[in-house]
Amino acid sequence: MRWVCEERSDGRAPPEPSWNSGNPKHRISKDLESMEVVSAREPHAAAKTGPVVHLDAVTVIYGANRALKGVSARFEGGAVGLLGPNGAGKSTMLKALLGFIKPSEGRMTVLGLDVAERPMEIRARIGYMPESDAHIPGMNAVSFVAYCGQLAGLPAVDAMQRAHEVLYYVGLGEARYRNIETYSTGMKQRIKLAQALVHDPDLLFLDEPTNGMDPKGRDEMLELIRDLGHNKNVNLILSSHLLPDVEFTCDDVIVMDKGQVVAQGPIAELKGPGGRVFELRIKGNLPAFLDVLRQAGMEATSTDEDVMRVFVPATAGAVDGAANSALPLFALAARHGVQVRHLRPSVPTLEDVFAKAVGHE
Amino acid sequence: MPIHDQSYRRYGGGRAMPGQAWLVIARAGIMTMLRKRAFLGLLLASWVPFLVRAVQIYLAANYPQASLIAPTAETFRQFLAQQDFLVFIMTIYVGAGLIANDRRANALQIYLSKPLMRSEYIAGKAAVLFSFVLFVTLVPALLLLVLQVLFAGSFEFLQKNLFLFPAIIVATLLEALLSTFAMLALSSLSKSSRYVGILYAGIIFFTAAIYGVMVAITGSTRLAWLSLGANLTQVIDVIFRLKPRYATPWPVSLIVILAIVALSISVLERRVRGVEIVT
Repeated sequence: MRWVCEERSDGRAPPEPSWNSGNPKHRISKDLESMEVVSAREPHAAAKTGPVVHLDAVTVIYGANRALKGVSARFEGGAVGLLGPNGAGKSTMLKALLGFIKPSEGRMTVLGLDVAERPMEIRARIGYMPESDAHIPGMNAVSFVAYCGQLAGLPAVDAMQRAHEVLYYVGLGEARYRNIETYSTGMKQRIKLAQALVHDPDLLFLDEPTNGMDPKGRDEMLELIRDLGHNKNVNLILSSHLLPDVEFTCDDVIVMDKGQVVAQGPIAELKGPGGRVFELRIKGNLPAFLDVLRQAGMEATSTDEDVMRVFVPATAGAVDGAANSALPLFALAARHGVQVRHLRPSVPTLEDVFAKAVGHE
Repeated sequence: MPIHDQSYRRYGGGRAMPGQAWLVIARAGIMTMLRKRAFLGLLLASWVPFLVRAVQIYLAANYPQASLIAPTAETFRQFLAQQDFLVFIMTIYVGAGLIANDRRANALQIYLSKPLMRSEYIAGKAAVLFSFVLFVTLVPALLLLVLQVLFAGSFEFLQKNLFLFPAIIVATLLEALLSTFAMLALSSLSKSSRYVGILYAGIIFFTAAIYGVMVAITGSTRLAWLSLGANLTQVIDVIFRLKPRYATPWPVSLIVILAIVALSISVLERRVRGVEIVT
């Protein structure tokens, strides 16, 4: 797998990666507004080959608010997470790709088709699960899903057959003759997934699919999404602000913040093998020790009154002759008269990636 | 162990050509209405005037003593005028929720994420109301014309009033067009079908009231263009070759009707979108 940064035609050089730069195959930028990232990773075993979505300097403006700021990105198939805090521009990006919103600048292609020129062909090949509750009033589940299939061009008989199959797949088989308006929140999320799947799309847009679900329902929904992305040959883009959801279901992630793509790549690479994360509790001057750690080349964030989370890069360990160990931490603590009361090794999570990418220290 | 793997399968069947989704929407909308008993009752009631007129035509054709009630061209105009109230009720019953209910349930983003254009969605919704309005105006009026020929056993009446055939078609289409687009536009403005129904009725009665007040003040019917219903009456009278009942020139009334339709289409164009952007 490799990620390649291309310089844009405006001649601006891509900024230096702010972290994990020890990996030459890995280029992450906090300012991808000025660059295009090309994913040339080997396609997932179940994924299509070739790019499924391509955005080129796309800007979307709502009145005075720039919801997307010159976003350029290109994605190969498979399961890709679109991650970011509320208001980051994730849903706006999906709606622009669907043709609901016309960008003021830029060009987008989905499945090789230009969004501005061939929206109907694109919509015939994608499934969209909206974020908010959405259904056709007065219909039961099987009628609703079959109706959606017919709207997507399936013959009535095929649409009805697919509706039954898809409803069983999403776990609504027993409730398929109930009016949707009597469904619980979790069931409504499932029915939205069913209507997005009924016409067998090549690409799924899932916008916050676990919103409002209880833990069990959420786990089941995530299993479904993971199964679709990994076993059923369906490319999908999962928009979510929930890091564990993306981490569980997707192979790649795009992190957005304030209308920009701030990081993207395979999750495994973003989490990075070149270092370890420790949870640390000390007795002493915590802010001063944080500064000491940062000056030593470590990423350190305070998470509680006396607790910090420290990322020790492999290079920092190597300096002291013990890569991926806590020795540098102890050495620094001893040198500055700080007592280490608690130290627990941890693994870098997508949360670390996210926090780093959006600059939340 | 499951006896059948109910897992997700790819679809290998055929797909319809784009541009036919409006038919799916129209068919679903019509079937949804026909499943309501109250609506079926309304449909049956809307054909009662037809039965009365059919009996009138039968008596006039078979009993010389009933020649006083023999149908004329005006009879058909009167029949359509009688249907106006039923059209009004049907427009509210069928049309108020057509888009408002979809907006309430966020269904527009479901519709527009499928391969159909906004114009197809509007056409499908319009076809629902349009069909029912024509079912209580055009269909019974044409049937009455056919019955007249059958009961009389000759084409004499039809030959003398050949204009009735196109007149009925044009008049009912105009009425259906106006009520359909006006109601759809109002329906797209709200998420509450009740509110839309009240708004539609309010507009009809309010414009008629304003016109009534102006008649009382000026003593003239030149301001009939202020009333939605009066404009339609004026133009349909002309279509049926009758003397217009208001002093307003009929082209003015026609322009008002077409302007309302154009305004409604403009409203629909703005309101029927996959996302609502509030800036």
